Amino acid sequence: MDVFLQTLVAGILKGGLYALIGIGMTLIMGVMGIINLAHGQLMMLAMYVTFVLNTMGVDPYVSLFIAMPLLFMLGVAIQKFLLNPLMKVETILPENQVLMTVGIGMVLTEVARFVFSSDYKYITTGYADRTFYIGNISFSVALTIAFVIALSFTAAMFWFLLKTDLGRSIRATAQDKDAATLMGVNTGRITVITFGLGSALVAAAGCLLAPVYYIFPDLGGPFTAKAFIITILGGLGSTVGAIFGGVTLGLAESMGATYFGMEYEDIVGLTIFILVLLFLPGGFKRLTKV
Amino acid sequence: MLKVSGIDVFYGDLQVIRDVSFEVRDGEILVLVGANGAGKSTTLKTISGLLKPLKGSIEFDGVRLDLLSPDKVIGQGVVHVPEARRLFREMTVEENLVMGSLSPVARKKRMQTMEWVYELFPRMKERRKQAAGTMSGGEQQMCAIGRGLMALPKILMFDEPSLGLSPILVQEVFGIAKRINKEGVTVLLVEQNVRQTLAMCDRACVLENGRIVLQGTGKELSDDPHVKEAYLGI
Repeated sequence: MDVFLQTLVAGILKGGLYALIGIGMTLIMGVMGIINLAHGQLMMLAMYVTFVLNTMGVDPYVSLFIAMPLLFMLGVAIQKFLLNPLMKVETILPENQVLMTVGIGMVLTEVARFVFSSDYKYITTGYADRTFYIGNISFSVALTIAFVIALSFTAAMFWFLLKTDLGRSIRATAQDKDAATLMGVNTGRITVITFGLGSALVAAAGCLLAPVYYIFPDLGGPFTAKAFIITILGGLGSTVGAIFGGVTLGLAESMGATYFGMEYEDIVGLTIFILVLLFLPGGFKRLTKV
Repeated sequence: MLKVSGIDVFYGDLQVIRDVSFEVRDGEILVLVGANGAGKSTTLKTISGLLKPLKGSIEFDGVRLDLLSPDKVIGQGVVHVPEARRLFREMTVEENLVMGSLSPVARKKRMQTMEWVYELFPRMKERRKQAAGTMSGGEQQMCAIGRGLMALPKILMFDEPSLGLSPILVQEVFGIAKRINKEGVTVLLVEQNVRQTLAMCDRACVLENGRIVLQGTGKELSDDPHVKEAYLGI
């Protein structure tokens, strides 16, 4: 029983972070109708920002407030100068923006390799491998902090989307772009802001993950794949779904690692992914309707 | 008030509006009637900036609307209630109404205007927490009109508000358009429902194949032999 509870806790803690990654991607998906295949690479970049700041003695949780604005600006620049121009050319299908994000991801990876080399980097903090206990269950301090911060960002994001005019405009643009334009929403500006926000959210996930993970240029790819899976599990464009998707993937991975062995971690996650595609196409959105 | 002068509009290579000119006067109800594909909706979309004319100009109270970016048009008091309602389906009725009042002026009076809209449509107040997409067609149309009113329009453009509604609801929607007009809002109505709209409007234009073929008061057009034959079936 303890083992099960321990696995459950580990899975949920990880799921919180995954949710943050997924929400960023699902926001972009909702507003622009494309999958951002550079999502993990943006997170990798944020982790390197955290790493560099850490060598200067900045705590990873403080670097959150530097990496997020930085990545927000990078996201804004990507949307404005690389993706939006593609939409203006009529002969290019809008889907080609997806290919553009693949290219951006590659460039980011290689730039990181050029600057930092392919070596694995670690961030050393006083608390990275510290744990505390509730009953017989151990909680990693770093992951617990990460979970709490991820949760508060998610809550803040919901408040923003539901209660502010800008947030509502983002949702409106995702639901009906022309109608949003008629209501006076500058949808071009909304896509730029949304890409920035998505990037900032995944940057937050990167900073939170940095103390408990190793950092290398190629980690972007696997995380893009994870973000993609989370978004599909949750239902494309659904924010609530992304949370469910994130926690599901986190749980699946930790259950797989415990009961089948570490090497099966990803297999369990991917199996659930395929099962959802087969039996619940449309993802958890179908169940929650949000 | 609103002056459309000699506009040509294309979808790609296909010209759908040819040299259309008309004027909507302050305080009146003007109807654009015509068959499917005559260019009625296209005309409205061009006025609200979703489409840009290749030639001609659109002027509202001295401002060239065709030179504004589309999201700025509503701020001028030119509000478009689009065809097939186009509500934000997953948002609640209340959120849809709020989306109508984004301009700084409308935003300041948001709560006040919302009370007024709820007074006009008590049904919307009952359903304010319901997702807009789950309502019936008639309710959605009222929500769409309410959303337009939230922008404090000087001119409200309805694109086929009777589409898909039962005859009783059509009466109700036209009644609402008249009521809004009485409150001082100029109305530009696009309709296929020729008989009823000619009876309620001040003036009307008949669009055929992207051209205006007839203009006049509702009475004049109802008596016109061409209108009688082609649209009224008499």
